[in-house]
Amino acid sequence: MINKIVASAAAAVADVADGATVMIGGFGTAGMPTELVDALIAQGPRDLTIVSNNAGNAETGLAALLKARQVRKIICSFPRQVDSWVFDGLFRAGEIELELVPQGNLAERIRAAGAGIGAFYTPTGYGTPLAEGKETRRIDGRDYLLEYPIHGDFALIQALQGDRWGNLVYRKTARNFGPIMASAASCTIAQVREVVELGELDPEAVVTPGIFVQRVVELPRARAAPGGVAA
Amino acid sequence: MRRFTREQMAQLVARDIPNGAYVNLGIGLPTLVANHLPKDREIVLHTENGLLGMGPAPAPGDEDPDLINAGKQPVTALSGASFFHHADSFAMMRGGHLDFCVLGAFQVSATGDLANWHTGERDAIPAVGGAMDLAIGAKRVYVMMEHLTKQGESKIVSRCSYPLTGVACVNRIFTDLAVLDVTARGLVVLERADGLSFDELCAVTGAPLLDALATAE
Repeated sequence: MINKIVASAAAAVADVADGATVMIGGFGTAGMPTELVDALIAQGPRDLTIVSNNAGNAETGLAALLKARQVRKIICSFPRQVDSWVFDGLFRAGEIELELVPQGNLAERIRAAGAGIGAFYTPTGYGTPLAEGKETRRIDGRDYLLEYPIHGDFALIQALQGDRWGNLVYRKTARNFGPIMASAASCTIAQVREVVELGELDPEAVVTPGIFVQRVVELPRARAAPGGVAA
Repeated sequence: MRRFTREQMAQLVARDIPNGAYVNLGIGLPTLVANHLPKDREIVLHTENGLLGMGPAPAPGDEDPDLINAGKQPVTALSGASFFHHADSFAMMRGGHLDFCVLGAFQVSATGDLANWHTGERDAIPAVGGAMDLAIGAKRVYVMMEHLTKQGESKIVSRCSYPLTGVACVNRIFTDLAVLDVTARGLVVLERADGLSFDELCAVTGAPLLDALATAE
């Protein structure tokens, strides 16, 4: 029997080793797997490379991981936010390496890793400072940059529901990086608000097929009322 | 000097977005355009964090932390909306499916180069987000910005001094003084604030201008 359900967030991240590349889903706090990140902080691996759209908000989740000095490098598109003071301080002090990637290139590099693509040409960033040192090519009269995939050793993502095969569905714009990170990491860990029985998820509506997911942890939250706020 | 108000600028942009268009409104001034889209047109708003069919902000108390826009503000989803992941969202831009995007800017050059992500200050924390994808990713790129900086310098320039977001990507510029098209012949003035003469506009603009109004008369 396949059973990808893991009992706790701590058990799910127990084998993340020093130096690992860890993808963390979420756009701001929507879709951020906060409890998995908290478990990673408690577990304590160091010299991590983090792949995430932002660089943490306030002092929770990813920001707390940075504050705990467990991160050597971050690959992201938009570290600067009104509440990104933890990252800002580390960056100004030269204590964290930043690879800044335009958001669509970040998404496509992750997707490419999951799809087994060796590299791809993208028009985004051509002629800008973020193109420095990159191979370029003109194709049918348009200029492109060569970009390489980003693989993860682990991906930590949040979804709404999952089953023991690892099939996932998401909720609204919290989907963001979840599906592509799931495909791009050797070990994808999904925290879900609810584990459901096999067969309960409509196969027509499954967003991430279980083949991309290795571990599922149920971390219930107050369910949001339709159109309302999660308590 | 006579100027368009911010609401008038938003009306001018909205007027130039046709029925049926798929549109991404950037953060800041462009978000005002949503309030002025004509009610008799069906226009679908895209937000790059993963929603087509974005609706207005929810009533107080109805905010949903899982339903936000690219500025991380709470929004709603209209009937007919769809959610999707980031690679699909940016494929909609890069793949040429999105009809318009409306962006703010620090500078636009006479050839349509755009600078809107970095002021070049050494100690600034760099952040690019979707700016470079939007700049090259819509069929038509509108810029909406003040004509002058707070120091009175033209934001329309012969060549951008700030780091570029995209090369030759801007099609039309809406400022508080004028509406201009980027063309192979140069910048063409389509419209001016009431009472502002072409010569007065040229005097405060950092690149040569052509007067479409004069040609039309």
